Amino acid sequence: MEPAGLRVALRIWVVLVLLALFTPIVLIVVYAFGPSVVQTWPLRGFTWHWFAVAWHDQAVRQAFLLSVKVGLVAAGIALVLGSAVSYALHNFRFFGAEGISLLLVLPLALPGVITGVALNNLFYFANIPLGVLTIVIGHVTFCIVIVYNNLIARLRRTPRSLGEASADLGARGWQTQLYVMAPQVATALVSGALLAFALSFDEVIVTVFTAGANFTLPLWIFGQLRQGQQLPEVNAVVTIVILLTIIPVLLAARLAGAGAAVPTARAAASADTANAPGTMSA
Amino acid sequence: MSVTTPAGAATAAPAGAGGHGPWSRASALLWRRPWARATLLLTPPLAWFLLIYIASLAVLLITAFWTINPFTTNIERTWNLTNLTTILGTSAYREIILRTVGMAAGVTVIDAIVAIPFAYYMARIARPRTRTFLFVCVLLPLWASYLAKVFAWLLIFTHDGVLNWALGKIGIGPLNLIYTNTAVFVVFCYIWLPYMVIPVYAALERIPASQIEASQDLGGRTLRTVRSVILPLALPGIVAGSIFTFSLTLGDYITPILIGGGNSTLIGNVIDSNVVYNLPLAAAMATVPIAIMACYLLASRALGAFREI
Repeated sequence: MEPAGLRVALRIWVVLVLLALFTPIVLIVVYAFGPSVVQTWPLRGFTWHWFAVAWHDQAVRQAFLLSVKVGLVAAGIALVLGSAVSYALHNFRFFGAEGISLLLVLPLALPGVITGVALNNLFYFANIPLGVLTIVIGHVTFCIVIVYNNLIARLRRTPRSLGEASADLGARGWQTQLYVMAPQVATALVSGALLAFALSFDEVIVTVFTAGANFTLPLWIFGQLRQGQQLPEVNAVVTIVILLTIIPVLLAARLAGAGAAVPTARAAASADTANAPGTMSA
Repeated sequence: MSVTTPAGAATAAPAGAGGHGPWSRASALLWRRPWARATLLLTPPLAWFLLIYIASLAVLLITAFWTINPFTTNIERTWNLTNLTTILGTSAYREIILRTVGMAAGVTVIDAIVAIPFAYYMARIARPRTRTFLFVCVLLPLWASYLAKVFAWLLIFTHDGVLNWALGKIGIGPLNLIYTNTAVFVVFCYIWLPYMVIPVYAALERIPASQIEASQDLGGRTLRTVRSVILPLALPGIVAGSIFTFSLTLGDYITPILIGGGNSTLIGNVIDSNVVYNLPLAAAMATVPIAIMACYLLASRALGAFREI
């Protein structure tokens, strides 16, 4: 056991880090309700005005709809491809399996600007015009690993004996998959898809290079911040984006344990043993 | 490719495999041939990765050896080393590379120092409920919108922002932090911190309590136990976290634009600003972080960090 003094010091450290983690996020939400056009602290008053402005802004609406569309399509494709690779790596041993899992995490482990400029370059030489399709292609590439992490962690925790018992009782292969395995992994699939959506909805570093003349919501925000324009409205939009990325994450964590929402498979597995599915109270 | 199923799975062949109809025959056929099932499952995702991701990286590396015609701005497909010699021979570019690598290394060190005690408390002192709470508290900032976090720091550092207001209250004059490298550094440390906490937590959580007790039984004081038992066992987790903090800093260009203004140019900014008019130079610049990360990943593998990813 640690000495009492050390425990107190660690506790203070934890509180300080938590304060540091949350102060900026709380601040941005508070700023969204400030009435002033010039962004200074402290705020003078309270208003919903900027949310109304954002709601009626056509550019914001279009960007929002594009982000939702891209997020849904990217999450859908990532779900299919990520599930396929998880099943293959879980059920079969073959040469190069470790290489594949490393390949999957590469788009997260290599700097985002590399993925962005590489895809931009590829589309240029392949004569593929930048547009919604190219945004989706970029997003799917780094969303696959999120689905894979979630599903592989769940598959590893699902006892093999379940499938064997089903087969012994006379179930066909597809019946075992549908009636025995699918319910076991369903929440992992849903949480993987939710996280993929959240990741796509918020992505900006790669998207800058693959969007061409299109604006996703993060691209609109980045454009406004870069030019220093309509900052109070950006505050309101950004507050909504925080909510829209955090809600899928909380849902995913609730469905599949807090470990579902971490970027690495090993950490996911480790955290999942601490929080069995459904027991988390977020 | 030789494919084997794990022991036990092969004996679980369905009893009714000799069914009727093309579907059951096809599924029986697949069941008896694991390599066929594996191929069927692996082809679509691997095709995606090889034809899009790996292909794009390969084309990028090739493009780095081409040049742009300065008059027509067309890309000329003749092999030469012009871009690489430009980058390595120009002191401004060398400075940018050194600044970026220094920034990434500094952010990684600070994040490790902040994360290790936090993760230790989470993994080894907090009760299960508190642990789950802290876990969610790390996850929410990790997933909360990237741009929102950068914007928040813009509002904190700006001249009449929160920080200067707070400093004014305790009588310290206004600081000019916005649009400096220091501000960019602080923001990077903040944004990537959760990526360090989680793998370190995962590594610390797996240390058996008996090993720490053994160290204490053998007379190891707290510091000695931390240094000789806990840190070595946590190292793969720290390295796994550092891959993220290092790489994410190495490839960011948005924080330098928004927080650094024009005063903080990193590798990512050079790539970003050249991508439209001089793609080959952008590609050549991109090979620098690729080479750095390749070395980093190889070193990490030697330290056993890949099992933590």
